[in-house]
Amino acid sequence: MKRELPLLMTAVFGIIMIVGFFVPHEWASVPADYLQLCAVIVVAFGYVLGGANVFAVNLDAIVRKQRDWPYKLVLVSSMAVMLVFGLFVDRERFQDPATVSIWLYDHVYAPMNATMFALLAFFIASAAFRAFRIRTLEAGLLAAAALIVMLGRVPLGDVMVRGLVDHDGLPHAVRTLQISTLQQWIMDVPQNAAKRAVLIGAAMGIMATGLRVILGIERSYLGGGE
Amino acid sequence: MAGDPTGTGGPERLDRRWLFLVMGLLVFFPLLFPIGLPIEPTRPSRQFAEAIAGLPDGARVLMSCDYDPSGKPELVPMTKTALRQLWRKHCTVIVTVLWPGGAGLVDQTIEETANELRARGVSLVDGTDYVNLGYKAGNEAVMVLMGQGIKNAFPEDQHRRATRTLPILHDVGNYSSFTMLVNISGGYPGTKEWVQQVNSRFHLPMVSGCTAVSAPEYFPYLQSGQLRGLLGGMAGAAEYERLEGESGPATRGMDAQSLAHVFIALCIVMGNVVYWGRRRRGGA
Repeated sequence: MKRELPLLMTAVFGIIMIVGFFVPHEWASVPADYLQLCAVIVVAFGYVLGGANVFAVNLDAIVRKQRDWPYKLVLVSSMAVMLVFGLFVDRERFQDPATVSIWLYDHVYAPMNATMFALLAFFIASAAFRAFRIRTLEAGLLAAAALIVMLGRVPLGDVMVRGLVDHDGLPHAVRTLQISTLQQWIMDVPQNAAKRAVLIGAAMGIMATGLRVILGIERSYLGGGE
Repeated sequence: MAGDPTGTGGPERLDRRWLFLVMGLLVFFPLLFPIGLPIEPTRPSRQFAEAIAGLPDGARVLMSCDYDPSGKPELVPMTKTALRQLWRKHCTVIVTVLWPGGAGLVDQTIEETANELRARGVSLVDGTDYVNLGYKAGNEAVMVLMGQGIKNAFPEDQHRRATRTLPILHDVGNYSSFTMLVNISGGYPGTKEWVQQVNSRFHLPMVSGCTAVSAPEYFPYLQSGQLRGLLGGMAGAAEYERLEGESGPATRGMDAQSLAHVFIALCIVMGNVVYWGRRRRGGA
């Protein structure tokens, strides 16, 4: 019963959702809508469970002085500060710019979040110089496409290419070459074809996995092995 | 700043902090001293601007700002330009957020843009001309839930006002109450999910602005007509500003991004020149 009941519920709810998607009648859509509402509530519970889990796992690591425990201490104390201010101190003045929680969001969370993303530029430059080696034809094609797209996406690319090819001795087609046009063609044709193949393949895979779950063939989500 | 962390010689010998320094300078100086490189709008950006321009005056638009501060340089400029274009057409804008870290940033962005227009004499009333419904957990489930009713999915707005009391939402039901969906997307959940759950199911016309890294993923949707327009990253935002006759943060940022792109391209070329030189000498 411990396994049969979840399998039965998955099958029933899965079939309700599929029927609700394709059949516009209220007998099909109302149960499906109700399940969507339940899903939103379950996700909200997930945040509470996730938060409690972060506390439990990291507090344990701090007490045991495991590797990188000072970082975990920063994580737990930051989370505690935000929770205390958000839930208790600033509760009555929600979204008021004068509250501590909004100050923390504006002056700590937002700049740190943006900084993490901005660091990518530095690591990409380093990786491009040290690790991007053209050892095969495929790697060469990848590098050529990357260079064209990178230069074609910025205004300096066209300015540079125009400076290189705008000479009287060159054919008209070469003289009027714009790297931005070439970049757009790469995005529209080869990139699009590959991306579409990936999307269709992934969709097929999702459909197959969904059917396996509904039919009870795929049971790994129940945990504990077969 | 010397070192050979890999011990292999060649380009690996260069201390990467030199690369960081050059990259930092190339990004920093153009922001202080703009070069003013010419920006030529591409077709996807034109389509985005034209799709909004083609809306009837006073249309009701759903705008989902699904990002957090990591996407601020790319996504906030296009959010502001889109809001200005919509408000110039007297559209009413209903904003939602599906990223937990983004609700505060999106609220600031809306208020800054509204205040900027108010200073120019445009009358904009929160709750009547626009509303920020704030963040709702649930990703795709929220999108589908909104199909049952917007007020049902969002009983309160970002500032905890009951949505049933707001004039802007008085006659709003579900997606059929909107003329267009403008999605500004930082990743998941974002444009892909809106296309799959809302555009294909409820047939709501849609345009998207997204980060540069996720733009290639959405080109198939643009080509199929599921997206009416697409802004990709800061370049897309700068092109959109140009189309709208603005010179905002994205336009200023393009000088820095141009130099950064050229530097990365040079890094790829130089790294391989050294590699192939060593290989010819039998050192690789």
